[in-house]
Amino acid sequence: MGTTLLKKVWDLHTVRPLPTGQTQLFIGLHLVHEVTTPQAFDELRARGWKVARPDLTFATADHIVPTMARTRPFLDVMAEDMMASLERNVRDFGLRFAGLEDERQGIVHVIGPELGLTQPGMTIACGDSHTSTHGAFGAVAFGIGTSQVRDVLASQCLAMEPLKVRRIRLTGALPRGVYAKDVILTIIQRLGVRGGTGYAYEYAGDTVERMSMDERMTICNMSIEGGARVGYVNPDETTFAYMRGRPFAPQGDAFERARTWWTSMASDPDAAYDDEVEIRAAELTPVVTWGVNPGQSIGIDGSVPSPSEPGVEPQAVSDALKYMGLKPGQPIAGTKVDVAFIGSCTNGRLSDLREAARVVRGRRVAPRVKALVVPGSVSISRAAEREGLDHIFREAGFEWRGAGCSMCLGMNPDKLEGNQVCASSSNRNFKGRQGSPTGRTLLMSPAMVAAAAVSGEVIDVREMVDR
Amino acid sequence: MTRITRIDGRGLPLRGSDIDTDRIIPARYLRSITFEGMEQHLFEDDRKTTAHPLDDARFAGASVLIVNSNFGCGSSREHAPQAIHRWGIDAVVGESFAEIFFGNSLMIGMPCLTASGADVRALMDLVERDPRTEIRLDLASGTCEAGDFRCAVSLPPNCRDAFATGAWDTTGMLLDRYDEVDATAAKLPYIRGFPVEAGL
Ligand code: SF4
Repeated sequence: MGTTLLKKVWDLHTVRPLPTGQTQLFIGLHLVHEVTTPQAFDELRARGWKVARPDLTFATADHIVPTMARTRPFLDVMAEDMMASLERNVRDFGLRFAGLEDERQGIVHVIGPELGLTQPGMTIACGDSHTSTHGAFGAVAFGIGTSQVRDVLASQCLAMEPLKVRRIRLTGALPRGVYAKDVILTIIQRLGVRGGTGYAYEYAGDTVERMSMDERMTICNMSIEGGARVGYVNPDETTFAYMRGRPFAPQGDAFERARTWWTSMASDPDAAYDDEVEIRAAELTPVVTWGVNPGQSIGIDGSVPSPSEPGVEPQAVSDALKYMGLKPGQPIAGTKVDVAFIGSCTNGRLSDLREAARVVRGRRVAPRVKALVVPGSVSISRAAEREGLDHIFREAGFEWRGAGCSMCLGMNPDKLEGNQVCASSSNRNFKGRQGSPTGRTLLMSPAMVAAAAVSGEVIDVREMVDR
Repeated sequence: MTRITRIDGRGLPLRGSDIDTDRIIPARYLRSITFEGMEQHLFEDDRKTTAHPLDDARFAGASVLIVNSNFGCGSSREHAPQAIHRWGIDAVVGESFAEIFFGNSLMIGMPCLTASGADVRALMDLVERDPRTEIRLDLASGTCEAGDFRCAVSLPPNCRDAFATGAWDTTGMLLDRYDEVDATAAKLPYIRGFPVEAGL
């Protein structure tokens, strides 16, 4: 009987079983950002500890970074304090850092892969739940809290509970206008937002094998929205082609040796899984969320459910509809939007911007819609500008912003106002997520956001693109 | 380290499943570089828009939060359990918890105990009827008593032991026997730059 990638990585990184019954796991890469680490660094200072492995730690700033002007000090005093605190911490503890003037800066889950820091077979931790993104490379990547950040800083280890593995096999070609985002939203809708608790999700099958690294990252990114702390794809030639030449990836002959090792870490063909799920890509359509968690979604042809429908939690549905201002049975297509946001660690990569630009080209943002594009990193922003994507967006009436988390969450100046409805390529539609306590979020693919921006309402992107 | 084996106190029922950490503590309060005062913003947006049990005088001073399923889903922000704990909550009883929230709560010494849906509903009803009811949680025997009501509450055995021995603060434990950590690191080819000797 073969072994899964999860188990191979787990066993190799196990230091010892702890008296508590947990496993002490060595962490190969620790990514640090400004929001979840100040308290952890303070505790290190209080206890007189050093960072155990600065050579395996890398920091950047993303959540609070303004996307209009980065002039210091920031206008927001608290954000300025937080930024200054990170700068002090990386200096005091001797960490590698992509700061605001650094061409490598960007959303932590975007730059890890871009720089080749993220590699197959590693364990990765970061004080952010979307750390699952890095699983796209065949790494085992955990989102952690601040006390665990302290653990990793001080010891380069985590005390972890074992995970079961569910293989989600996707087969067949994705229909036109259906993207990785639609795949993961469908998975979350089918298995539920609690379905993944206790599991790592292994995404497999020919659909995934044909996907680019960007697409795989989109899928792994939202594993946590399905309750799974870890999601991964087995490394293959697509992974290696992406890795080659990245600044922190092995170079020359070492790359070839790395490749041999990476290949050996993939799940064996006869590996046993704790659970298996099959999904046929041909059945998928563009998906839009109608509620206040990422599992509350429907296909673009569908209608908003009613609390009295069989199989739904009536209280949850009526509560969500009330918040969203939607009526039971109302088709989701045609829902008016006030804001369109393209960006985030889920869908702020170059290929996402390209797909959105394909929809936008030659069209105009609908009157009264505020539309913005926020590249996931400085390097994506530069690459997009080299291709002229910024022109396409600007000409259509989009704002073209600097890199950061932006309107994915309300920690920087980009926020919804009042009960605005936002078509968003981000990952969470929780109440208040986009910065206004009554703001409303409709999650969808970047191409669908682009379509909504130019139409002023939710619309089927398949009517607007031909592939 | 403090050993935690039992928790006594009055209850605070908070109905609804899938309550996410953005609701528990809105992101704008994450701009603070300490956890101090986090409790002042606990459920702030929910409390602005609905009558919230946190503001119900009958539940003032409660120390056992009672919730439904998948409590604490979403973001990994430890600010969420920190705000709850600093509000005065010593333990949470619920149908189920999101994994990261559960772990973060463990790390700060706030047990999250699970009970059946029926028991959680009964406990919520009871506390709403008589908010002065003392709830007694015994981690070792896995029991919850509240007046005449009694039900099973569970914690994974390792968490129970961690609380019982005070080992819920993990850093010390992880720093113990550091030679073993170095030995593990030395086996990882990527840390050594994939040297020829790795035999790859
Ligand atoms: S883009 Fe959004 S989800 Fe991703 S790290 Fe930033 S805030 Fe978190």
